[in-house]
Amino acid sequence: MTATVTATAALALGDDALVLSHRLGQWAGHTPVLEEEVALANIALDLLGQARVLLSMAGDEDELAYLREERAFRNVQLVEQPNGDFAHTIARQLYFSAYQHLLYDRLAEGGGPFAPLAAKAVKEVAYHRDHAEQWTLRLGDGTDVSHERMQRACTALWRYTGELFQPVEGLDADWPALEAAWLERVGEVLRRATLTVPEGPRSGAWTAGAGRQGLHTEPFGRMLAEMQHLHRSHPGASW
Amino acid sequence: MVTVTPLEAELWEIAGSVPDPELPVLTLHELGVLRAVRVRGTGAVEVELTPTYTGCPAVEAMSLDIERALRARGMPEVTVRTVLDPAWSTDDITDEGRRKLREFGIAPPRARRDREPVPLKLGPTRTRADDAGPVRCPRCGCADTELLSRFSSTACKALRRCLGCREPFDHFKEL
Repeated sequence: MTATVTATAALALGDDALVLSHRLGQWAGHTPVLEEEVALANIALDLLGQARVLLSMAGDEDELAYLREERAFRNVQLVEQPNGDFAHTIARQLYFSAYQHLLYDRLAEGGGPFAPLAAKAVKEVAYHRDHAEQWTLRLGDGTDVSHERMQRACTALWRYTGELFQPVEGLDADWPALEAAWLERVGEVLRRATLTVPEGPRSGAWTAGAGRQGLHTEPFGRMLAEMQHLHRSHPGASW
Repeated sequence: MVTVTPLEAELWEIAGSVPDPELPVLTLHELGVLRAVRVRGTGAVEVELTPTYTGCPAVEAMSLDIERALRARGMPEVTVRTVLDPAWSTDDITDEGRRKLREFGIAPPRARRDREPVPLKLGPTRTRADDAGPVRCPRCGCADTELLSRFSSTACKALRRCLGCREPFDHFKEL
């Protein structure tokens, strides 16, 4: 495997982790309960740690995070979706952590350049997945209002989940098998939470793999502007 | 087989006795994060450290503390490298470390059975026991405790409450 291919794959995984970390960080000061304030911040911190390792495999972590334009980011569109209400954040976490756990488990066993990080991160992600699954159950099988909101969130984000299984060059994985395992896992959680597995298409003409090719949804530009603002305004500044 | 010189053994001892910045009751040796200490010439030493969690913010503080301790021993050139492989596990915490955690009021991690860190079950938060055994209250030893939050003051801990003495406590999660 060439160094370029590894760097490209590292960028895809690193951008997923970085962008989701930033989105979760935006909950600070706004979560419904204190425990969730701490939980979402801790999940964000895990993801940021993973992003730092991955982006360092692709180049200079700070330059990559703070000085790239929107079109240069290779994250899937799911992770850039706005937090929405708490149910939307949990649905995003459910979809992403189930995917990340399956993929990292595979990469950890594969023995390639990503194996050391994946072996470490998969243990952290197991807790993220558990957190999302428990909340899905509580909200889905909770009150009428929480059920309705959780269903709405799961349905709204469903269309972004097809992209997760577009093959990434440099990652040795059986993508159709990952997707089948993902559908089974997520489907089981939704059913137990008395939610309906969404029926809509999981990819469309404009969502299919677009994030990995540098095409992003409208809210991503604003998120990036906020994330990069300080670094761009004060180049080279340090504490 | 790697041979360790008497100087390396001494430096390992010094680096290993540095307290963890977040859990100062534990030394880095007891936490199990010190991986290697190699002398690289006169006055130069390289230390390998592994983070508990990938994003653990304490790693930088640990590195600085190790550098300071080894410089004080007369090693002017200290390099601390972070290594990920093999991944750290809570099984790397020594028995002495577990005892100190409990005394400090933190329920130590249970032994991991296989690759899954925790039994992932959807269900009530109250857990008397699962495959890995109960999480016991570090204060009264009661086995009947409930989960309040999966994440606590740091990513490596969960917040639980003892149903015997009603005190909340931190649990060092299995990883």
